[in-house]
Amino acid sequence: MSIALPRRRVIPGFGLTMGFTLLYLGLVFLIPVGAFLLYTTTMSWETFWNAVTQRQVVASYKLSFGGSLIAATINLVFGALVAWVLVRYRFPGKRLVDALVDLPFALPTAVAGIALVTLYASSGWVGQYLELFGIRVAYTQLGVIVALTYIGLPFVVRTVQPVLEDLEAEWEEASASLGADRLTTVRRVILPALLPALLTGYALAFARALGEYGSVVFISGNLPFRTEITPLLIVAKAEQYDYHGAAAIGTVMLLAAFLMLLVINGLQWWTSRRHG
Amino acid sequence: MSIEIDHVNKHFRDFIAVDNVSLTFREGELTALLGPSGSGKTTLLRIIAGLEQPDTGRIRFHGEDTTDLHVSQRGVGFVFQHYALFKHMSVFQNVAYGLTVRPRRTRPSKAEIRRKVMELLELVQLDWTAHRYPHQLSGGQRQRIALARALAVEPKVLLLDEPFGALDAKVRAELRRWLRRLHDEIHVTSVFVTHDQEEALEVSDRVVVMNKGRVEQDGSPEEVYDHPANPFVYQFLGNVNLFHARVHDGVAKIGDVTLPAPEFEGYQNAPGQAYVRPHEIEVFADRDHDGALHAKVELVSVVGPMVRLELRTDNSEALVHAELPKHRFRALGLQQGGDAWIRPIHSRVFLPDSRVANG
Amino acid sequence: MTTSTTVLETQDTLAKRWRRATEEPAWLRLTLIGTALTFLALFLVLPLSVVLYGAFEQGLGVWYAAIRDPDAMAAIRLTLLIVAIVVPLNTLFGIAAAWAIAKFEFRGKPLLISLIDMPFAISPVVVGLIFVILFGSQGWLGPWLSSHDLRIIFAVPGIVIVIAFGTLPFIARELIPLMQQQGKEEEEASLTLGASGWKTFWHVTLPNIKWGLIYGIILCNARAMGEFGAVAVVSGRIRGETNTMPLHIEVLYNEYMFTAAFAVSSLLTGLALVTIAIKSLVEWHDERRQRLAVL
Repeated sequence: MSIALPRRRVIPGFGLTMGFTLLYLGLVFLIPVGAFLLYTTTMSWETFWNAVTQRQVVASYKLSFGGSLIAATINLVFGALVAWVLVRYRFPGKRLVDALVDLPFALPTAVAGIALVTLYASSGWVGQYLELFGIRVAYTQLGVIVALTYIGLPFVVRTVQPVLEDLEAEWEEASASLGADRLTTVRRVILPALLPALLTGYALAFARALGEYGSVVFISGNLPFRTEITPLLIVAKAEQYDYHGAAAIGTVMLLAAFLMLLVINGLQWWTSRRHG
Repeated sequence: MSIEIDHVNKHFRDFIAVDNVSLTFREGELTALLGPSGSGKTTLLRIIAGLEQPDTGRIRFHGEDTTDLHVSQRGVGFVFQHYALFKHMSVFQNVAYGLTVRPRRTRPSKAEIRRKVMELLELVQLDWTAHRYPHQLSGGQRQRIALARALAVEPKVLLLDEPFGALDAKVRAELRRWLRRLHDEIHVTSVFVTHDQEEALEVSDRVVVMNKGRVEQDGSPEEVYDHPANPFVYQFLGNVNLFHARVHDGVAKIGDVTLPAPEFEGYQNAPGQAYVRPHEIEVFADRDHDGALHAKVELVSVVGPMVRLELRTDNSEALVHAELPKHRFRALGLQQGGDAWIRPIHSRVFLPDSRVANG
Repeated sequence: MTTSTTVLETQDTLAKRWRRATEEPAWLRLTLIGTALTFLALFLVLPLSVVLYGAFEQGLGVWYAAIRDPDAMAAIRLTLLIVAIVVPLNTLFGIAAAWAIAKFEFRGKPLLISLIDMPFAISPVVVGLIFVILFGSQGWLGPWLSSHDLRIIFAVPGIVIVIAFGTLPFIARELIPLMQQQGKEEEEASLTLGASGWKTFWHVTLPNIKWGLIYGIILCNARAMGEFGAVAVVSGRIRGETNTMPLHIEVLYNEYMFTAAFAVSSLLTGLALVTIAIKSLVEWHDERRQRLAVL
């Protein structure tokens, strides 16, 4: 074969758009994150380890990871239910309800935070009735879970909804014609088809909850060892100019976020392969 | 304007799409690029247009090298398989687009554009759709608008990628006759890609058969159909029966049937394969015909005015397909499951080293 | 007698009970709808109502006074200034990234898409921390910055950059799938008709992505105005200077000025409602277009 011609693309603008994309991504995101990770590596291993294993910090991991896990699980169940109801049934006001699902995504977290604490405080619209049963939400770990559930709500709904919409009615009809009852069809045919999307939504809700700050700080009360989430500790340390401590914990959170992203990408790849 | 393709190669990763192709399309001709999917015909068309860059080789329009000329400067009219009409523009705006995006110096006046667009819409007989949007048109109408849009820039060559691929059978047949008449009117050098041999044979002045990135045959529709250059072309252009044959001193023998094969004068007992089209098989109801083979009629299917038979000869594993007019079938009085005698009346023999003979 | 009535009953119930293979019985359907709506009422409608109630419970006059408060006005002005810088930058980035990813093939494309998604997964607090450590007075570039009299942390530039980081993916994520789905045939058609790259983008691509782009911009805008965690770390909460609207809400709330906090919140809530309304509109528009395309 003779010498190839220089690569030339028919649609113009690759150099310009790619160049700007990489430049902007580099300046705003990659270089700062890289520099941050580099900063962490200047710490001695001992400093790092002590910072990330302080008792107060470990307690905050437990709350952040545990609370996020519970909140994501609540969202898994109710998100699947909401997606099902929105796709399969007709009822008045459906469009409005469908649109409202995105509210936690668009509403500033600080606004959500003060709204939730006002609702669930012992004098609030919901809190006063819960008080009758001896249930306290505001300023307890339960409050943290409520806030994390709120901000993770759209994710499962929005990942499951399109998959459910594309599900061929023929599968269910085939299952029914082969003698399966409705529950069996849901369990054996529909759920397996939704599984990748459900897990993706679950992982997204979990990842979002893990890093959440604004909606939690108002309702949690921020009691050390009890209702202090990890992001709050980072803020506290940064404000006290304990940059090493903050950076160490921040690195743990950053790595957890990268790991979640890896999981989510894997799940999305799985979903698209299923439906490709 | 003639188009010259000079030793063009193109690969995608490890797939060779166009394999050292050289062709010349003569001025004013309508040529069909015919081949199965993956044969490289669309890639070749897109290389001519400048939508793909060849790895090696040159493209010349009327002797002038256009290989490095950007698609927007090349002056080709390209009709896309799925039309690629601009969804947000009316039919008028679509057809006018090529004129309105010209630099101010060379852009015609508004009135001139208007006159030109309406003229083209009349040419494709759709002037009444000017203010509609693409989604309000049928597939066949969209295709004609796409053609009018391509013609608006007065292209030097017109390139059509599977122009009728997405249409149903009836509209297809109408549109291709219409395209033939249109081409006779405007006479611009045109190349269209198709995988439908009937379409290629009916519409074009010339057919180029492609397979695996290579040109298998290049000739007039009659030449290509009547004198296929090799087994691939023979099989691609319509149904075919395959018989073992022996070539001996200028004749081919299929069983007891002897057919002339003058190209193989001088060959002694060479084994080959004889290709026979279904309508080239004579069918009889009795044995009194020289060399006719006995066969069982396994299946009779009536397709409009024709009858298709599936027959099994005594000494053959493979089925023989024959085709005859309905009145002839009736006159013979053949029955499914009954006996018949068959005899090829014309064949084309290919030897393993792909030398050819007509019989 | 008894037998005949039983038969009648059976036929009657059969007719009523016939249902599609893909349907649940009515009682189950209603239970599921009821449960879902209760959950959504509790988590979506009640918080929304409590904000609006809190903002307007003492009348429009009090609401207006709370908005017109000098500190509140300063927060609003600062927030608007920041989105006026961040949103256009992220819009350019989104369009450029989507064009490069959707119209071309290149190695490492999945990696680039993942990188663009990444800021979304990082805790806002960590985002703020990253820039404090880079530019803060005790940070890496802190001494150099202070010797040149430059302030980034506890000043507007710091807020701008953390918000740009946090809202980086929104427009790109909206446009990439949209442009990938639309392919490049229309652009190719435009080029064969002699149009230049800019004209093709302007007359063909932009009208096709218009709605997705509008939603992306609105969402980016809402998220930029509402960004809290990252800004809380870098702003220093200097009243009238580096307090954005969400930070101002926090300050008011912590000073027990609940009505004022909800009044400022109501502005951002209105913006959120507009955002989801536009999203519905875009989806409705897409559905209509898909229906038309099928015809």
